Amino acid sequence: MSGLRILVPVKRVIDYAVKPRVNRAQTAVETTGVKHSMNPFDELSIEEAVRLRERKTQPVEEILAFTAGPIKSQDMLRTAMAIGADRGIHVFVDDKSPELEPLGVAKLLKKVVEENKNNLVILGKQSIDDDAGQTGQMLAGLLNWPQATQASKVEIKNGSVEVTKEVDGGVETVRAKLPMVITTDLRLNEPRFATLPNIMRAKKKPLEKKTLKDYGLDVEPRLKTLKVTEPPPRKGGVKVEDVDGMIGKLKELGAL
Amino acid sequence: MAAPTTLRHQVIHIYKELLFLGREYPQGFDYYRKRLHKAFASQQHLTDEDQIRKGIARAEFVKKGSPRSQFHTSPKLMSSEIEALYYLKRYRTLRQRYDKT
Repeated sequence: MSGLRILVPVKRVIDYAVKPRVNRAQTAVETTGVKHSMNPFDELSIEEAVRLRERKTQPVEEILAFTAGPIKSQDMLRTAMAIGADRGIHVFVDDKSPELEPLGVAKLLKKVVEENKNNLVILGKQSIDDDAGQTGQMLAGLLNWPQATQASKVEIKNGSVEVTKEVDGGVETVRAKLPMVITTDLRLNEPRFATLPNIMRAKKKPLEKKTLKDYGLDVEPRLKTLKVTEPPPRKGGVKVEDVDGMIGKLKELGAL
Repeated sequence: MAAPTTLRHQVIHIYKELLFLGREYPQGFDYYRKRLHKAFASQQHLTDEDQIRKGIARAEFVKKGSPRSQFHTSPKLMSSEIEALYYLKRYRTLRQRYDKT
């Protein structure tokens, strides 16, 4: 059985700690001058790929990080390589051109998988910016591979993959043969910190630059964003004097 | 990055690395920087080279261990690493947003 060739796609998103602001035209979220970082779920998938290598139950031949986006997305690849990916591919997508949709990304990833002969794809279950949570599933469909979504534990032995996932009121375990698509859930692992020296070292790892044209894909947007609005502000509460006051208030609100 | 040679540079180097780590400290960078600065300033009277080397070793340890152990020099707090601190903060936020239904 040959080694694992893992593909880990990552996305550059607005940092989780930043409160997103909607732009004035209500068409999108303001991104200029906002702190960006790697999608946390993608960080989990990189970490899992590196841990699979460290566990040594199945040899890992290569960990390939992939991203599509503006020039700054390369920073995310560097972070991925600082955590432990071997090389990276960056597909340039201009800031001004419409953002790729999950289907477009899945099609792109299919090409990448075929080109690099990957036999395991580990994706974050969703990105924290558009929260579509579709790319992994679509990719599995396009490749016609088995998939395990929302993984909280991954074990690979002799080419068979066992994935534990958290479901309502318990866990579910699925098993499949390689090749396979896995999407990560929050409790899969604890991603390590990309330290400054490691980031420096990652700068020497190979990074391939490509454009959408190299893959000859139709990634025309099929969805139209009609309107983006901020959630309604939280309404202030009221203080009540005593129990009777509270019951009165609840009745008034129709909760009793 | 070449390893700095003189002791003075080594101290500055480790100070900067600790500053880098503290950029996203939960209580804010200012909180972190003040304390870090105090911890270093409290040692500035050291002139004995061995003592300074010990101080650098302690700073190295803090980088991998806990920043709080530097500030309070209490071995009990060493298990809470600064990296773990960041991980937990993010984990809790994401859990709040995505896990609790």
